[in-house]
Amino acid sequence: MLNAVIALGCLAGFFGIILGFAAIRFKVEGDPLVEQIDKLLPQTQCGQCGYPGCRPYATAIANNEAEINQCPPGGDTTIAELADLLDREIIPLNPENGEIKQKVLAVINEEDCIGCTLCIQACPVDAILGAAKQMHTVIEAECTGCELCLPPCPVDCIDLIPVAVTINNWKWPSPARQAAFVTEQAKKLQAGQIVEQSK
Amino acid sequence: MIRKLFPFIGGVKVASEKQAAAYAISAPELPDKLILPLHQHIGSPSEPVVEPGQRVLKGEKIARATDYVSVPLHAPTSGTIIAITDSSVAHPSGMQDQCIILEPDGEDQWYPLQSHAEDFHQLDPSALRNLIRNAGIVGLGGAGFPSSVKLNPGPDANIDTLIINASECEPYITCDDRVMQERPDDVIQGTIILKHAVSAEQCVIALEDNKPEAAQALELAIQEAGVSDITVVRVPTIYPAGGEKQLIHTITGRIVPSHGLPAQVGVICQNVGTTVAIYRAIQFGEPLISRIISVTGDVEQQSNMEVLVGTPVSHVIKQSKTTTSELRRVIMGGPMMGFAIHDLDVPVVKTTNCVLCDAGKNPNLPLKPAAMPCIRCGACADVCPVKLMPQQLYWYSRAEEFDITREYHIFDCIECGCCDYVCPSQIPLVQYYRYAKSEIWAREEENRKSDIARERHEFRQFRMDREKAEKAQRHKQKRAALKAQQGEEKPDADKEAKRAAILAAMERAKEKKSHSGVQPKNTENLTEEQKQQIKEADARRIARQQAEREKGK
Repeated sequence: MLNAVIALGCLAGFFGIILGFAAIRFKVEGDPLVEQIDKLLPQTQCGQCGYPGCRPYATAIANNEAEINQCPPGGDTTIAELADLLDREIIPLNPENGEIKQKVLAVINEEDCIGCTLCIQACPVDAILGAAKQMHTVIEAECTGCELCLPPCPVDCIDLIPVAVTINNWKWPSPARQAAFVTEQAKKLQAGQIVEQSK
Repeated sequence: MIRKLFPFIGGVKVASEKQAAAYAISAPELPDKLILPLHQHIGSPSEPVVEPGQRVLKGEKIARATDYVSVPLHAPTSGTIIAITDSSVAHPSGMQDQCIILEPDGEDQWYPLQSHAEDFHQLDPSALRNLIRNAGIVGLGGAGFPSSVKLNPGPDANIDTLIINASECEPYITCDDRVMQERPDDVIQGTIILKHAVSAEQCVIALEDNKPEAAQALELAIQEAGVSDITVVRVPTIYPAGGEKQLIHTITGRIVPSHGLPAQVGVICQNVGTTVAIYRAIQFGEPLISRIISVTGDVEQQSNMEVLVGTPVSHVIKQSKTTTSELRRVIMGGPMMGFAIHDLDVPVVKTTNCVLCDAGKNPNLPLKPAAMPCIRCGACADVCPVKLMPQQLYWYSRAEEFDITREYHIFDCIECGCCDYVCPSQIPLVQYYRYAKSEIWAREEENRKSDIARERHEFRQFRMDREKAEKAQRHKQKRAALKAQQGEEKPDADKEAKRAAILAAMERAKEKKSHSGVQPKNTENLTEEQKQQIKEADARRIARQQAEREKGK
């Protein structure tokens, strides 16, 4: 009896030491799940999900405080990726958080800008350049299109323009979608819903 | 000696349709204007170094390389720069890109050139590569990769074989064939230069066995040049024998690893047209300003033309006596890998090897009918020269499961079009792969951007926290300083001093009081004389006072 207790006690102590050592030696900095979720989010930092940025939203998802369908900029792709990562069901985007829009860029109408710096303070990624009473401008390459600079502008001089398709970011179209579009057009044409445009 | 070959698995036998092979290289008339896209190569676009209105000479640099993987651009003839603007270019999207527009003056006056014909043996490979780069030479086989980069395998690579790729395997295209028949000496001289540039032990010119005239011409030229280490190898005519990795396998039996470069297996491969361009750059100092293209298909006059880079396709078609209105499409490149152009005014660029006109007369050049469902016959897998699974790639690309297409090695696909060619359901397979590839690239680009955004956001957060902390720190310091000042004033020493001062003042006041009814201080220690004077003065004053008193009475 005593032998068994001593033996088990020794074993418990031994493994306890190993585990304790491993916990210190192989300590993981931060929460890897939050990191993984954060990596899938589009990093627009727009706050449409109801959290002040992508990382807080990632933390909330990791803590089961938020659903995975609250990110309009990420859209269906992000939802699918999150569902895959967290082994959850794919659900449609929550309309309360906004709708899926085309990616945009903020552009300051430089004639109207009064140099109030309010948009600079609002920009979550420091993509607006300027100083007090100096004209501001958006650094195109850094703008995430989060729209956070719109509300503070006192003169409404910021416009959102859709990201233009150029020869450098043009993508091959999907043949399946093209074919589907052609069939649909043909059906409509047959049904007399549209009139064929003469060339 | 018969060389052992290692034919690759897959590929298709296609109707060769090389009607243009019988026609010698001609030169078309000078067009009215030349459109020179700044992005004719793989890598960063070049940057203009000329202004609109400036006159340039033939061969003068008009745009400079902006990166390691980039090349300069030269004026194909003398003339005036009219504009630097967006113009239609040969691209499957049909979109515009930045171009330099040159109006030729017809004089064709050369910029002074510097030849290195005598001393290229003494130049080290890096100097040679620089000359090639400065001549704006890119791979003329179709991809347009800067040749100087390709010729630099890095210090660790041990190159034993140089392969000159003369396997012009796509149907219709005959420009390389004609070059070898008409300019075999240039090919051999270029090969000698390249061999020196990469320090290869052996050198192979590989061409398909359907070009016997070219092979004979080359062998004769080798004999005349008296070089022993260049061999002409005939490879079986099967599409895509001229694919770089396929050709390396056929010649050496080595397999270039996935995502790897030929240099990793000790091979460097250069197109035969590129070889001639390099020869001209070293021998005469000529930059790459023209190239040979085949104008073929449903044209009145089949031809191989040496056209200036930037010549509009419509001009080239006009030279072959064909009316463009009869054509249902014009393909840039061959029927397997080329694409239909949207606008006939797009220019011929450094990578254009063929202008294929289609008026619907040739049954070997059909329009692709609407796709039928995949019947899982597996014909595509049999012909794939890269041994991929085209069917699986198709399903996953169609379903937009792009991660899985990567697992099926979509990026090893060379887009040769063999699967497309044999598919009984006429599915545009290659287009599906291109779609998947461009989606994956776009997503990677987005990920890269979102990484930058995350970094910037985190830095902003950090900065704001730091500013807040600094502000708090400053306030704290200020408060502490204020407190310290007040604290110093309180101690007794200060008060005592004040009190002492007050006391001293009071003392003085008291003394003043006690001395009231005062006697002037300067009445002490006076001399007798002074005392006498004072006495007299006093007497006078008293007398006067008395007199005044009496007067008043």
